[in-house]
Amino acid sequence: MPFMPVKFNLQKRVKLAQGLWMIYWLSVIVGIILFSLGIFFKIELRKRSEMMDNNESHLVPNLLILVGLLACGLNAFGGKVCHDSLDPIKFAKWKPMLKPFLLLCCGFNALLLLTALLCFLMQFAVYLTLAEGLKNSIKFYKDTDTPGRCFMKRTLDMTQIEFRCCGNNNFRDWFEVQWISNRYLDMSNDLVKDRVLSNVEGKYLMDSVPFSCCNPGSPRPCIQHHLTNNSAHYDYDHRIEELNIWTRGCREALFSYFSSIMNSIGVLIVAAVILESVDMAGLKYLTTALETMDDPENPECESDGWLLEKGVKDTFGDLLTRLKTLGTSNQVVEGGDSPTAAN
Amino acid sequence: MALGLVKFDLKKRVKLAQTVWFMYWFAVMAGVLVLSMGLFFKIELRKRSELMDNNESHFLPNLLIFMGLVACGINGFGGKVCYDSLDPTKFLKWKPMLKGFLLFCMGFNALLMVTALLCFLMRIPLQFTLAEGLKNGMRYYKDTDTPGRCYMKRTLDLMQIEFRCCGNENYRDWFEIQWVSNRYLDFSSKEVKDRIGSNVDGQYLMDGVPFSCCNPSSPRPCIQHQMTNNSAYYSYDHYTEELNVWKRGCRSAMVSYYGGLMNTIGVLVMLVTLLEVRVQPTQSIFYLHLLDLPKQPSRCQVAVTIGLQYIDSSLSTLVNPEDPESESEGWILEKTVKETFTDIMDKMKSMGKGTKVEEGEEAGVATVS
Repeated sequence: MPFMPVKFNLQKRVKLAQGLWMIYWLSVIVGIILFSLGIFFKIELRKRSEMMDNNESHLVPNLLILVGLLACGLNAFGGKVCHDSLDPIKFAKWKPMLKPFLLLCCGFNALLLLTALLCFLMQFAVYLTLAEGLKNSIKFYKDTDTPGRCFMKRTLDMTQIEFRCCGNNNFRDWFEVQWISNRYLDMSNDLVKDRVLSNVEGKYLMDSVPFSCCNPGSPRPCIQHHLTNNSAHYDYDHRIEELNIWTRGCREALFSYFSSIMNSIGVLIVAAVILESVDMAGLKYLTTALETMDDPENPECESDGWLLEKGVKDTFGDLLTRLKTLGTSNQVVEGGDSPTAAN
Repeated sequence: MALGLVKFDLKKRVKLAQTVWFMYWFAVMAGVLVLSMGLFFKIELRKRSELMDNNESHFLPNLLIFMGLVACGINGFGGKVCYDSLDPTKFLKWKPMLKGFLLFCMGFNALLMVTALLCFLMRIPLQFTLAEGLKNGMRYYKDTDTPGRCYMKRTLDLMQIEFRCCGNENYRDWFEIQWVSNRYLDFSSKEVKDRIGSNVDGQYLMDGVPFSCCNPSSPRPCIQHQMTNNSAYYSYDHYTEELNVWKRGCRSAMVSYYGGLMNTIGVLVMLVTLLEVRVQPTQSIFYLHLLDLPKQPSRCQVAVTIGLQYIDSSLSTLVNPEDPESESEGWILEKTVKETFTDIMDKMKSMGKGTKVEEGEEAGVATVS
């Protein structure tokens, strides 16, 4: 008993072929979109790789690029087959390849599902990398003369301006590191000497933040030095002052940005999986309809199309027995070898 | 002797129809492009209208939007007519409108050319608006409590960050105005009183700039206050210190940005005009070719575009009008260029004479009564 049979006449077959051709080209476009999203994501990760200690995982964007290319190729091939399907001569040369093609599509769908799952799960890895990377970035902010770290200041300043954030968890992270290079500190000055000696590690700490933490929306010119000292500025109370500097931490800001990208990509991949399944079902119907034509010379005859030749249970039973015979055939071969060895 | 003779059969006509249909849809895309450029330009002007004193001219983006919409409409209509053209029954209803449509297309092309020219010319008024607006923008920087100007500070800060510029001509413009609001100045302090007393207008002037002038690429943390005082900072010489704040003035930054934008839009509109002008003859070739297909051939003396004549002549010489598969000839001009012009002159003279006779008759009627 075939699974979900449908009767086809010439008109229905032609309509199915045309519709399927259009859906295949839509799938090619979706493949191109996936490819370009993979490239976009890769570029975004590279742009901020300094914030992530240069050891972020590029698995997801690489997989997306691969999947996008595969989707384009498979769907273009499917579209070509559809285009040729109503011409028996052209279709004859594609016929033997169809079964492996459908199996390949099944495998590709599984790969797509895996990619979607990775998109949702790898966000945790990104979060942890960001936390570690930002901590180090803030530490290396002052090292503008150390090769390999000289652009850290610029990258961090631009990130804080662009993402409207300050520090790792919040602006107080800046109070715990020395972010002014020793080159610009007058070590003979008493004030400087006091500050340096006031902590174990000999760092010049102060209750100030870099200018990139300033919020342009604040009504008053930016207060970035002596933040906790109310008497240093006129009419200033650091406990109620809200708009002066960005209060959000950069880890949270960057993570929400990357997680929104990954979530959207994941949703798009799930849509692509559904589209691919529709493609496969359509192609199966079309090929079975063309194969079961009573009189191949007469295009107007009716035919049947189905998804599975037997029912779902029977097909799975067949698959299992086939796998078992694969295993047992190996065993028999081994048994055959050993008697010859004994001889 | 006909000029530019071409033979047409059914296959050629069908191919021509398909080509024209594709060209129409390409032209619709071009119209959408012009529309989106107009919208983008309008949005950019609105974003920074505070810096232009809110009196910048929106004439050019509005014109671009209008032209984009008309282009889409015209080319969509043309595509529809093309699609129906090979079916005689459907084509009948479009037939009367075609000549007018072709003339309208030509007027539209001329207007498109004028728009492209305007894109290059309207830079100059924009420069003046920007210069004036920026000067006022800086003056109102501190007025964050005055309604209507409370966002000037944020707009100016964001602009200086985005365009990497400081002040109008350079950063010293900030030294000449008070950019700290009086709300945040302690008037009981001696230092504040000294500064205010030191100039005629009673403004709190200082040699400092807002934080948005800071250059993130500078290796040292930003120095924005007491910029001309070398002793205020360790190892600082304001004559040699280069990278600390942005050196460029915002007027030149904005002018080059908007100028570049308008140049690009002007070039793109030029290209769209060229495309439209190319579509014209091909569409004309096709339409008049079909105008008289099912009926008696009619003589059409409109010598406007090359294509119109191709079509008309091709139709008139159809061997058998009832049979679409019959062959026909098409040409650009039925007689030579000289003879065609003399024909047109004769026609215009006869038109003039016709009105004269009418006036004479009316005068006669008037005198009788």
